[in-house]
Amino acid sequence: MPYLFAAAGGIVSERAGIIALTLEGFMLTGAFCAVLGSFYSGSPWVGIIAGMGGGLLAALLHALATIRYRADQVVVGIAMNLLAVGVTRFFLRLAFDSSSNSPRVPGFGGAEVASGGVLATVANPLVWLGILTMAAVGWLLFRTPFGLRVRAAGEKPEAALSVGVPVLRVRWAAVALSGICASLAGVYLALDQHQFTDGMTAGRGFIALAAVIFGKWDPKRVTIACLLFAAAETMQIRLQALQLVPSQFVEMIPYVLTIVALAGVVGRAVQPAALGKAVD
Amino acid sequence: MTGAPLDTTAADRRQRLRERIEESILPPLVALAIAAVVGDLLIITFGQAPGEVYRQLLEGTWGNAYGFGQVIYKATTLTFTGLAVALGIRAGLFNIGAESQLAAGGFAAAVIGLVLPGGTPGFLATILCVLAASVGGGVVGSVPGVLRARFGASEVIVTIMLNFIVLALLNYVVATHLAVAETLHTPEIAAGRLARLADLSPMFAGSAANLTVLLALLTAAIVWWYLFRTRAGYELRVVGLQPDAAEYGGVRVGNVWGKAMIVSGALAGLGGVNYVLGYKHYYEEGFGAGSGFLGIAVALVGRNHPVGIVIAALLFATLSQGGLAVNALVPKQMVDVLTAIVIIAVATAVPEVRRALGTLRRRRDPGIGRAPVGGGQGEPDVGNSVARSQFPVAGSQQ
Repeated sequence: MPYLFAAAGGIVSERAGIIALTLEGFMLTGAFCAVLGSFYSGSPWVGIIAGMGGGLLAALLHALATIRYRADQVVVGIAMNLLAVGVTRFFLRLAFDSSSNSPRVPGFGGAEVASGGVLATVANPLVWLGILTMAAVGWLLFRTPFGLRVRAAGEKPEAALSVGVPVLRVRWAAVALSGICASLAGVYLALDQHQFTDGMTAGRGFIALAAVIFGKWDPKRVTIACLLFAAAETMQIRLQALQLVPSQFVEMIPYVLTIVALAGVVGRAVQPAALGKAVD
Repeated sequence: MTGAPLDTTAADRRQRLRERIEESILPPLVALAIAAVVGDLLIITFGQAPGEVYRQLLEGTWGNAYGFGQVIYKATTLTFTGLAVALGIRAGLFNIGAESQLAAGGFAAAVIGLVLPGGTPGFLATILCVLAASVGGGVVGSVPGVLRARFGASEVIVTIMLNFIVLALLNYVVATHLAVAETLHTPEIAAGRLARLADLSPMFAGSAANLTVLLALLTAAIVWWYLFRTRAGYELRVVGLQPDAAEYGGVRVGNVWGKAMIVSGALAGLGGVNYVLGYKHYYEEGFGAGSGFLGIAVALVGRNHPVGIVIAALLFATLSQGGLAVNALVPKQMVDVLTAIVIIAVATAVPEVRRALGTLRRRRDPGIGRAPVGGGQGEPDVGNSVARSQFPVAGSQQ
């Protein structure tokens, strides 16, 4: 369920008015830092912390450029993804002297996967954390004063400013939080597979973004979209064996659905009004 | 725009020109300086001497025929994708889809090259393949264009999603119907090939550079003429700067957006010619190798001007080829890091430098009430125009 983490981060960021093109990069950074932490400490828990730290660092850089310096969010977002790919590859060679993957590190699940799928899922603390994260984001956004400020920053930042909401600080916090959430998605991937492989997120950050849009920026709907897309992914692996439908077509499902949602064929997806807008 | 006030004396025009040059040259220079510092740090982290690495980087690119030719080859594709992105930005649209438009262009060129009968005259075949490439890219570009114009769908998201869709679709078609057994590419085309520069001059010996580079320069010139010397180009720029004002002025903004995306896609599609007609003579999965995304960097550093784009394309091609040249000393991925740093730094430096210059000028000449910040030779307000014009009813959700 790595989509849940990343999509939760996406909701927070976009609701605050910062386009979440960087989920992919945060995930990749998180995955790499998790492997580093897990490798050098021998404990997957340290890996989780390190992964979150890496995602936070990337998010802060993104916030610095887009919020403090009001650089274009799309441009910086694309560059952040490129940066994550470059940095992880560079340090993969520096730390492990390999251009493709890290050595095996302590993680979760793994051994149990072979014996029983359900047991492994239940035993993996990250699965539970994923569901919790999404629920927490929903609560944070719609049941707390901070959430109200986040939504104000994403809808009408000028109005929020005029009543004394520190919009810039709220946006910083939202982006930082989104970096931590999204990096957990990468941590999940890395610790589940017990290693880091080059480009291991493979576009999943964009699927998460697709889920955010398809779920209309609403935590409940986004959760359903995540489950839907995850099911499509599982189906794709099954269908590949059966060779009924070409796997490429199943691959396309999340992206096609997102475009359909944006075009408004079934209930138009309307983004936060101030998404992508810089605030002075 | 500042328009043309009455004080158009020669001195004033010179002043304006100088301000314009300062504003367009300084941000890329600042960005390159930042990237150089980060590069130094990375090289030192890897235990090498920065001076030596940079020397080898230059020697491996501009220092020998093969390296130089490869730079020209890579810069050719980047010129096309850079022009594509820039044309979009001039219209206030972000085309993140150059990667798949490039692939679609290459694919279309390869398919036409394959179906043309053997006896087709070479010249005609080349023209047909080039046209096919632009149509292929244009078709992909039309989707976000139409969705934006008709439904207000964010072209950023649509082009990103379309990248995945189009690449998966092309992979499917090639894998199931066209591929040579055991490979991921189509058979070689016989008709429409373009000559390698290496066959014409020893200057490029061994490299992939080919005649497409002339097409790239010609295209850059045409784009310049279109943007700055035609009525359609003027409308496009006005829409990019102020869609609402353009609408009031009688420009059909939706039409301009639709057209701009189609032309942008066609420009990116033309980049496929470089690989398919000039280099390998077949379509292969993943031949774009990130050139579409790099086009964003090229457009940004080239300040969305065709001349700047050609220069920026050379710069990024040098970095890309240079990464291979120094791979023995430091991982070539260093170049990816530097590219990303350059993009972030330029995006950050543009508003900052303009503000700093504005402050300086006001201090130098407090009497002039010019507003250099965001006014003057500003770029289209891409992010803002998207948010403003796309969703007029704020807060209609929840």
